[in-house]
Amino acid sequence: MAAIKWGVLQFPGSCDERDALHACRIAGDEARLVWHEDRDLGGVDGVVVPGGFSYGDYLRAGAIARFSPAMEAVAELAAGGGPVLGICNGFQVLCEAGLLPGALLRNENLRFVCRQLDLIADDGASLSIPAKHGEGRYYAPDEVLDELERRGQVAYRYAPGDNPNGSLRDIAGVRNEAGNVVGLMPHPEHAVDPLTGSADGLAVFRALERFAA
Amino acid sequence: MARARVLIRPKEGILDPQGKAVERALPALGFEGVEHVRIGRMVELEAEDPARLAELCEKLLANPLIEDYEIQTF
Repeated sequence: MAAIKWGVLQFPGSCDERDALHACRIAGDEARLVWHEDRDLGGVDGVVVPGGFSYGDYLRAGAIARFSPAMEAVAELAAGGGPVLGICNGFQVLCEAGLLPGALLRNENLRFVCRQLDLIADDGASLSIPAKHGEGRYYAPDEVLDELERRGQVAYRYAPGDNPNGSLRDIAGVRNEAGNVVGLMPHPEHAVDPLTGSADGLAVFRALERFAA
Repeated sequence: MARARVLIRPKEGILDPQGKAVERALPALGFEGVEHVRIGRMVELEAEDPARLAELCEKLLANPLIEDYEIQTF
């Protein structure tokens, strides 16, 4: 797979954009930051919407960020089939923007979770990746969940017994119908080096490379 | 300018752990017999065109997938 160019969005309150840049590079790709006020993504092939607390999570997590100029450009890139990866707050932003189905609610036990856990990708791979969030309970109405499962849009599930937030049907991450937009609550960008416990997160980045034009 | 108040609450059937936690805390303070506690948000605002408030709620103030809203104008 040829190296692709990722743009990593940076909102006021983002905090994982540097790790995301690093992860793209370790995956063998190029990466640069894109400021939230930039309407022009600068010719990148794909976008990572990183974790953090964009706009202070005011109103609802991701609710304000979705209206930023950079997100307009991301919606266009996504509509054109380009790869978009939303991690944690980035997942919340993509759901608020309507680029992914569902919503993320306050963790069922009201506690902020911060630990390594196991994810099962829909290709059967088991990935050890950390999660750190207070609002990660995936919700969509039952009929939407049925549709997502039927169409193969559930990209990642928490391994049995590892659901940290009460997400319905153990859903940790979903994709859009075309497959080029993926969001997940756990942080693959923090799992890219065996030195810090796992390099399993790279698979999440690499799975999207094929959507680059 | 019309003054308005928007009440936003979790949709019926959606688990509201904040409400549950408050409900469970009440008996310890001697408040028995309180149930179905649901916690939402209230937004106060002044609007030139109150007819557009519903659209504003749908697009930003509430997430219609998970929240119901109620607009009160004064």
